[in-house]
Amino acid sequence: MIGFQQNRINMETEFLFQAIIYLAAAVIFVPIAKKLGMSSILGYLLAGIIIGPFVIGFIGQEAHSIMHFAEFGIVMMLFLIGLEMEPGKFWKMRKVFFGMGSMQLFGTILILFLGCYLLLDWNWKTTLAVSLTLALSSSAIVLQSLSEKGLRNTAVGQSSFAVVLFQDIAVIPILIFLPILATTIPETSSDINQSLISSLPLWLQAGIIVGIISLIYFGGRFLFVLLFKIIAKTQVQELFTATALLLVVSISCLMDLIGISPAFGTFLSGVVLANSEFRHELQGDIAPFKGLLLGLFFIGVGASINFQLVLDNPLFILVFGAILTLVKFTVSFLISRFYKKKTEENIVFALGLSQSGEFGFVIMSFCMQLNIVPIILANQIMAIIAMSMVSTPFLQFINERFVIPNIRINKKESEEETDVINEHNPVIIAGFGHFGSTVGRLLRANNIKSTILDNDCNQIDFLKKMGFRAHYGDATRLELLEAAGCANAKLFIAAIDDPKINLSIIKTLRLHFPNLKILTRARNRVDAYELIDHKVDHIYRETLYSAVNMGVDVLVELGFRKYTATRQANQFIKNDELTTCKLAKKRSDKMAYLTAINAEIKWLKKLLKNDLKSQQAANNHSWDGEHLKKKMAK
Amino acid sequence: MLHTIFKLIETMPINRILILFFHPLFEKSCANKSLVKNIPVSKNITFHDLYEEYPDFDIDVKHEQQLLTDHDIIIWHHPLYWYNCPPLMKQWIDMVLEYGWAYGKKGENLKNKIIFQVITTGGDRESFCETGYDRYRIVHLLEPFNQTAKVCNMLYLPPFVVHGTYKMKEENCKKNGFIYGLFLDYLEKNNLEIAEISRYEYLNDWFSTKQN
Repeated sequence: MIGFQQNRINMETEFLFQAIIYLAAAVIFVPIAKKLGMSSILGYLLAGIIIGPFVIGFIGQEAHSIMHFAEFGIVMMLFLIGLEMEPGKFWKMRKVFFGMGSMQLFGTILILFLGCYLLLDWNWKTTLAVSLTLALSSSAIVLQSLSEKGLRNTAVGQSSFAVVLFQDIAVIPILIFLPILATTIPETSSDINQSLISSLPLWLQAGIIVGIISLIYFGGRFLFVLLFKIIAKTQVQELFTATALLLVVSISCLMDLIGISPAFGTFLSGVVLANSEFRHELQGDIAPFKGLLLGLFFIGVGASINFQLVLDNPLFILVFGAILTLVKFTVSFLISRFYKKKTEENIVFALGLSQSGEFGFVIMSFCMQLNIVPIILANQIMAIIAMSMVSTPFLQFINERFVIPNIRINKKESEEETDVINEHNPVIIAGFGHFGSTVGRLLRANNIKSTILDNDCNQIDFLKKMGFRAHYGDATRLELLEAAGCANAKLFIAAIDDPKINLSIIKTLRLHFPNLKILTRARNRVDAYELIDHKVDHIYRETLYSAVNMGVDVLVELGFRKYTATRQANQFIKNDELTTCKLAKKRSDKMAYLTAINAEIKWLKKLLKNDLKSQQAANNHSWDGEHLKKKMAK
Repeated sequence: MLHTIFKLIETMPINRILILFFHPLFEKSCANKSLVKNIPVSKNITFHDLYEEYPDFDIDVKHEQQLLTDHDIIIWHHPLYWYNCPPLMKQWIDMVLEYGWAYGKKGENLKNKIIFQVITTGGDRESFCETGYDRYRIVHLLEPFNQTAKVCNMLYLPPFVVHGTYKMKEENCKKNGFIYGLFLDYLEKNNLEIAEISRYEYLNDWFSTKQN
């Protein structure tokens, strides 16, 4: 009994120790990668390589099982993406989905197959299995880097997403197809592909699959929403999170049982829930799990790279890896071109899809069991997949820093010749989304010329056609700010959606163009505090003005005269801006508080108290005969 | 010698002047641009552009009252639209001149301060008379302001008027501006004989006697 206890404690410390290693690796390497201007994915991958068996050796062969576990992060990611995609939007995507998706997949498979078959002395079954494996890209890398760069809703983002989704679904037929290739089906394979229903006749299988998918669809419409309503009424936050997780996990499980990609199933349920009132709550609940699991997954990928294999035959692996990346890049590039996209878009799209993905690990292990691919080759292929995943963030980094700016410069030079003079606009607007474009339109209506920075190149080209001066790219970069004419502009409008990006732009501007006046958008009070900390004077909170305008209408609906309500609103805004400034300064003494939810409530209390005082002061008595009578009677 | 000069400077009367400027379309008014441009730079003269300060008509009453307290001569400088002041000026009067502060019991904060209007108008002086197109003299049209000032125990002076701005030539604009500058400078540095000034219909008329 004592021995058992002892053993359990050891296991627990072992588990905790493991957790410490993973978390510490992430905490150390991700900020370093970010600091160097690279994506967090690369940070995780590097962390994995370094704690893996071939560098420090903190973790050994368990990397693979960690990866299997963490793959669940991908499932969650697709659920989240589904949540953001209303059914109508998904329907609109269908052409790109089938067109680009199938072209990419079949094109890549064909070229890889022919190339490997002709150049290497593999038999055709091995070649085909390897080609199928490598043609798939990594949804984790593609989607994560898209959202990290804020490209998710651009044309590139949409088409990349469509292709990856197509591949996700293609995994199902591939897994069904592979056993047909196998000459001998060993008994051990049953746990991987054999689903509950695979012994049933094909038509029944299809029927069950269709049935379950429609069950998810209608269940999502009615049952899930009803369930969430009941749970929400209990007012227990954890319970809601638990329910959300339960939903995702059980759908994945169900999908696994009938042999369909769990990612696809959860994506579908996400789409179904996208229109429900719980969308944001669900997003908030699942996002941290997704983030952590994906991070863990990337660490696992990094750790699982078998450098011994690489060292044994470096030439084969490196050359094969390079050619693979090149082939995948070229195919995607040509497809994107075929769809008449811009050069920059083609490159971003093709680079994003240039790696092989996590499904490759699954398929390769499966192939090993089926004896389709020799064990050494399969391991080599897995090493190649992992390395290609590492290469993507690097290539993207190089692309953003050196390739895209050059393309833009060349393009600009040729355009510049047609420009009459290199005009210096007085206003620069960073971010031309809903906020920035509203400002820009008002300026244009008043014949003020502005220069626009945005990271959506379709938007940029459209704006150029409309006669705006527009630059494509990441506005946090000094070169772009210089090119936009910050040295000569009078005003800079920071209107990017992401407050962090806005802040980093402001920091850069402060350092290099101290005389440029900055007006910045802030989402809310919390953003505003941070901006005030950085001594920004002109802060425009999205949530202030429209909310106050609505408040005016509410007062009017309740019987206030419009002018009185408007005056109260003016006073309210003035006062609110003042208190925000004051509280921002006080807040810095108690930074530690901010992590707690209590802090927000505390601030709200202060604000409410302040409002009471200030609105009393606002009651002046112009035009008030009653008041005059009272005063005169005194 | 030097000592007496210092003494002279010390005893020289100094009036602190507040120009409350109300113009809803200042950027298009040639006459007013010229007037405003010629306001002397002096620590005793405060130019307060109210349409610029309160585009939303949300007047900061406390701030306005403080400004009034800090000055001896108050000028309402505005164009005459429909025989009246621009709406923000009426708003200002309604809000700032509070009972108990500007008038009424204990409302003595403006007592004995000098106030008058500087007015620009498109019409000629000749048409502002009983037989003219506008039927009333400017001073008659300004009676409500006169009375407002009286209620606040202020000394209301005749207006300084720039006529005929509709067809005013550039050089005339300049001339009027120049005179306005001299006029303000004089107000800042001289004791004013209220009884004498009040005999004139316009301050312009009185000031022209001082320029020789």
